[in-house]
Amino acid sequence: MKSRRINSFAVYAVIYLIFLYLPVAVLPLFSFNDSSYVKFPLVGFTLKWYSQLADSHGLQNALVNSLKVGISVAIISTILGIFAAKSVTRYRMRRSGLLVGFIMVPLVIPEIILGISLLMTFSIGGVKLSLITISIGHLMLCVPFSMLVLISRMEGFDKSLEEASLDLGENAWWTFWRVTFPIILPGVVASLLLTFTISFDEFVLAFFLSGTDATLPVHIWSQLRFPDKLPSVLALGAIIVVLSTIVILFAELIRRGGVQLNKQSKV
Amino acid sequence: MSEVIISIKNVVKDFGSVRAVNNANFDVVKGEFFSLLGPSGCGKTTLLRILAGFEVPTTGTIEIDGQDVTLNPPNHRPVNMVFQNYAIFPHLNVASNIAFGMRKSELSKVDLQEKIDQMLELIKLPGYGDRKADELSGGQRQRVALARALIKQPKVLLLDEPLGALDKKLREQMQIELRQLQQHVGITFVFVTHDQEEALTLSDRIAVMSQGDVMEISSPADLYENPQSRFVADFIGTMNFFRCTLKDFSDGVAVGESKELGSVRIQCSEPVCAVNQDFTLAIRPEKLALEFDSVEDSVNSVKGTMGPSAYLGDRSHFYIYLQGREDPVSVALQNLSGSLEHVRDTDREVCLTWSDDNCVMLADYE
Ligand SMILES: Nc1ncnc2c1ncn2[C@@H]1O[C@H](COP(=O)(O)OP(=O)(O)O)[C@@H](O)[C@H]1O
Ligand SMILES: [Mg+2]
Repeated sequence: MKSRRINSFAVYAVIYLIFLYLPVAVLPLFSFNDSSYVKFPLVGFTLKWYSQLADSHGLQNALVNSLKVGISVAIISTILGIFAAKSVTRYRMRRSGLLVGFIMVPLVIPEIILGISLLMTFSIGGVKLSLITISIGHLMLCVPFSMLVLISRMEGFDKSLEEASLDLGENAWWTFWRVTFPIILPGVVASLLLTFTISFDEFVLAFFLSGTDATLPVHIWSQLRFPDKLPSVLALGAIIVVLSTIVILFAELIRRGGVQLNKQSKV
Repeated sequence: MSEVIISIKNVVKDFGSVRAVNNANFDVVKGEFFSLLGPSGCGKTTLLRILAGFEVPTTGTIEIDGQDVTLNPPNHRPVNMVFQNYAIFPHLNVASNIAFGMRKSELSKVDLQEKIDQMLELIKLPGYGDRKADELSGGQRQRVALARALIKQPKVLLLDEPLGALDKKLREQMQIELRQLQQHVGITFVFVTHDQEEALTLSDRIAVMSQGDVMEISSPADLYENPQSRFVADFIGTMNFFRCTLKDFSDGVAVGESKELGSVRIQCSEPVCAVNQDFTLAIRPEKLALEFDSVEDSVNSVKGTMGPSAYLGDRSHFYIYLQGREDPVSVALQNLSGSLEHVRDTDREVCLTWSDDNCVMLADYE
């Protein structure tokens, strides 16, 4: 009886995983296929789509743009997240529940609405579209995630640890770097990785808010109009999938380390 | 010799409408083991945190070693604290925890290491420097918290119920070690506890607190033998209270009259009230004796009937009912010869007696 239940679960799991990963597996498969047409049968093995990538200027620019936006968004939203999480968990601000609710709202507003309203705001304010406007849009999406990750990290934080540091002669600045930061570090790393990934992937806001500089997803979308560029895009996709997987695994490793650290801080 | 190290002057602390500390006014003497004792919520932690600098008093001043530090933050005070939950830094090992407060010290690496080793020796955890915080037991964490504070050589060490989380056996062992340690390092300790036995065991002097008020400050023996108020008498140990009226006082002997006890004599240098006024007579259970044979009613003795009793190994507790009194009187006898089994029959007539220098006159009554 019991083994049958496990079997049916295993079948379900396998089907689910195929459904989830088959489309993703198509990317690397055709990125090595020696043909401009994405269709079976496969023609032969080639690395030329990858070498084409290396020669494409537009793509390299877009990649650099995406890294610029992603890294600055990750850092800024994590810093904002630290402040917000600290005040929400530490000072038990009045009506902080309501405040947190408001900050989380961008998570549930459709991105297309958010994109249009930001675009209108910027044009009314006469702000020129650039990587900075994209970053501002991404911050609205990423700060809530940073807060969620960091609030859950700080919730079990023992206030007397910081008091002990003050008592032992450190001021607030050193207390932050010697006590608070090392203890919330796993949360900080998780927030950096998560927000970077969100920004790096994001298409709708970047599409609305980009000026002459495109980010990677916007660039890829523009390339899809040219059929002969498609295999190159597949190669790029394959690279991103591999890198994302590595980043996610890394984040998970850190998070696990963090769980252990959480246990330590309890008596 | 008795040099004042802490001077608390007219300290009041309000949290909104709650008055946590109400006009505390006392000195702590250099080198003494001073305890703040009182039931939970009476303001002990608040007063200790005012000394450490985590709270600023609403009014009043704190002087430490002659300097007004009322507004100094915790990192600018010559005191250190052992927190109730120890607050050991979870991301650092034992040695780094102990060395935490030494960042600004001018010691060389080698000297600092030696100092840490000395502290580990002092707290009886030699060789534990590389242990991680989560590999320590409760008692070991408590010692590390002590070492981390003591390495700073504070003028005063503040301890907030540091033994509260330990089980009974370990707690008793740590009490002895703590007392020895304090005598060894010679630093003034201000120790918070709600456990009256612990305070009696450890302290040179105890301040008993109740609802923000400091009720009385005395040595353990004085608090136990000569409490000045009904609250202190009741909070420390067990006490039997009887309401009496003062009839006469002469030659250091007060004569009173009580509905429950009849005529009573009390030795005292001065009565707590005027003649014909009421006072409370307080007698400890172990200061009462039971007589089973000659059941005679006279001065400082009263007839009663035996109620329930409890056998506690080294001693027995008896509860005696008196005429005109609802609560039984508690009597403690040493089990000097066997378990006193033969005297335990309930309802038998007994006589309670006590000597006139073994009871306390209190001005307040209920
Ligand atoms: N930060 C605070 N804010 C509001 N009330 C407090 C605060 N700290 C303590 N109190 C109140 O002050 C009183 C004394 O508390 P405390 O000093 O912790 O007592 P104790 O340590 O003797 O148990 C309690 O009524 C408590 O609720
Ligand atoms: Mg307390």
